[in-house]
Amino acid sequence: MEKKTYSNLVVSSAPHIVSNMDTSRIMMMVILALMPSLFVSIYVFGFRVLTLTLACVVASVFFEWAWNKLMKRPQTVGDLSAVVTGVLIAFNVPSGLPYWIAVLGCFVGIVIVKQLFGGLGKNIANPAITARIVLFLSFATEMTTWPLPRMAVDATSTATPLGILKEGGGDLPNNLEMFLGFIGGSMGEVSAIALLVGGLFLIWKKIISPIIPVCFIGSVFVFAAIYYGVTGTGDALDMAVFHVLAGGVMLGAFFMATDYVTTPLLPAGKVVFGIGCGLITMIIRLWGQYPEGVSFSILIMNCLTPLINNFFQKRMYGGAKKHEK
Amino acid sequence: MSHKHLHSIHVSHYKHTAGCATEVMPIPDVVKISMSQHIGAPCKPLVQKGDYVKVGQVIGDVDAFVSAPIHSSVSGTVTGLEEMRSANGGVDTLVVIETDKKQEIYEGVKPPEVDDLAGFIKAVRDSGMVGLGGASFPTHIKFNPKNIDDVHTLIVNGAECEPFITSDHRTMLEDTDDLISGMQLAMKYIGLDQGYIGIEENKPDAIAHLDKALADKGITNIKTFKLQARYPKGAERVLVYEITGKTMDAGVLPADMGVILSNVTTFAKVGEYFRTGMPLISKRMTVDGDAVAEPKNVIAPIGTMISDVIAFCGGYKQEPKKILMGGPMMGRAIFSDEMPIVKNNNAILAFSGSQALVKEETACINCGRCHQACPFNLIPTALADAYERRDAQALSDLKVMQCMECGSCSYVCPARRPLGFTNKLGKALVKEAGIK
Repeated sequence: MEKKTYSNLVVSSAPHIVSNMDTSRIMMMVILALMPSLFVSIYVFGFRVLTLTLACVVASVFFEWAWNKLMKRPQTVGDLSAVVTGVLIAFNVPSGLPYWIAVLGCFVGIVIVKQLFGGLGKNIANPAITARIVLFLSFATEMTTWPLPRMAVDATSTATPLGILKEGGGDLPNNLEMFLGFIGGSMGEVSAIALLVGGLFLIWKKIISPIIPVCFIGSVFVFAAIYYGVTGTGDALDMAVFHVLAGGVMLGAFFMATDYVTTPLLPAGKVVFGIGCGLITMIIRLWGQYPEGVSFSILIMNCLTPLINNFFQKRMYGGAKKHEK
Repeated sequence: MSHKHLHSIHVSHYKHTAGCATEVMPIPDVVKISMSQHIGAPCKPLVQKGDYVKVGQVIGDVDAFVSAPIHSSVSGTVTGLEEMRSANGGVDTLVVIETDKKQEIYEGVKPPEVDDLAGFIKAVRDSGMVGLGGASFPTHIKFNPKNIDDVHTLIVNGAECEPFITSDHRTMLEDTDDLISGMQLAMKYIGLDQGYIGIEENKPDAIAHLDKALADKGITNIKTFKLQARYPKGAERVLVYEITGKTMDAGVLPADMGVILSNVTTFAKVGEYFRTGMPLISKRMTVDGDAVAEPKNVIAPIGTMISDVIAFCGGYKQEPKKILMGGPMMGRAIFSDEMPIVKNNNAILAFSGSQALVKEETACINCGRCHQACPFNLIPTALADAYERRDAQALSDLKVMQCMECGSCSYVCPARRPLGFTNKLGKALVKEAGIK
């Protein structure tokens, strides 16, 4: 056999193989993990959940695509992060929200919060959380008109459990109803069990670290238990579970407080972030003007993330850990 | 031992050739023996055009502390000296020998007679031995540390954590007696009480085989040590930690930890030299990759062209796009297959498919996988930011000098950023800035 030689080979730095887990695959996993909640939400609130979610996804991807086109930047819609943002924005609004308001939210999330700061990886705040807050402050009526879950009777609209707690005017749902998600609320936040399934899937697949969800949910639980225990305004254990299941704690803890870009990198920083989210959430819920505080707490902690990162980076010990026998 | 493990990553093993008994390659028509086969001063050629050389004859040496002589791997006629652009960008001198295929043995080749440490160290240098795990540091210097009275433990590296490569695995199975006798000689003359052979648990046959051989010989002061089959358990500093439980910082020598450490193939070659007197003139290597027709383990004379080695393995079945000397995690990509085998080659991998592609880099998403992968707890993404700013002080504060360039961070990065390579540049920047 004649010997062939080659002198024009590719030269690059080691390593020459890489893991198959790339950014778009990570985003795909997150999208998958959000599906159980989407299905429960469709069941609870009807078909409009699906069309509104699709509208948000299409709008988010379009805004990112158009922005890159306009700014002559490399196209990044393939990383699927805009899809995740679209789904999360939809999950943070009531199912009856007019489409145009939802699309406006996507514009805020993608263009203002993400692309203006330099795109994926450079944004300071979580795009979906910030979009929700902007919509909430701008369209207070639309954003707090909660369509009825299918299980409810004799009414045209309802209140969220936290709304009932704050304003009165109804009976609190029991914790089982809240665990399953048969309550009023934003589309994707109602079913604790569906979010738990998705969150555990992400932890199992090592997409997210359990530190932030555990610290976030844990501090909400502990803080609520202490408050109701001390004030005697309710059964401590029962109300602690209520606060964990109510509102956006589950959605926030598993899917938004774990956003890589806007949360601390080191484990110690994650602990601070998670506890901070839990405390701020409970402070707003118990003493604030609004019934719900999850989105504000995550936004505030997002803003503190560079500080937290800096603090722990300076204190990290490079080199192998000292574990003398 | 119950201490914690250092961070490591799971990399697919691809050990296709683990069951391939080594084949000895026929002597090629021409060999080109490089004069730069170790860390340190290159050798000066001691032969010239027209000289007839024999197998095992010294053809290159230099009077420098960090150096090892180079021997002819064939018998034949020197047709001249050539200069070649090497894979790391330098220029190497090659001694070109046209072989006569008679493989006449040089008269000086006979087992060394040694009765003390000085004699042992001289014999190891005469054998041309260098660290065969990859770094090619002259072995006789490693065996003779300044604090020789303080060293007590011998660690032999049979981890072979690089994907694809099985040559050390085959050495443990096929050259067991030489490996054990090489270890015993080193322990006797250097004065070491305890020897460990660190082997990843994905090679149970090698562990069982060595355990049995040690038991049969009644040797109790050498033990096999089972390592996790994760990357990079075979890195020097990681191996020292896993076996002794002691943290070894960058810049610290194994001897400072009371350890003499080298690769299994090095000890097998030491054992072989003391048995036969034949210096280091051939090398076992794994030839694999999707472009190679018949992947196998091969023993080739040093100086054989890579293209000849691949031709012996059935040639290319597809056009190669990337060829590596060494493994895919830390090996070096070479631009041409017209390069000779050198002492520390343990693998030739030729790829045509996805492994040959350079992946497009995207934005960091701050996921922290690089930090979780780093055996030394560094934050490669923060180091990359500091390098981007050319901030030598920040690089130094973030301990870039601790990086051993294992590439785990680059491997796991979902944004395909070349973090390990950036660390290498960062280290150069810190050295340039003279920060201590």
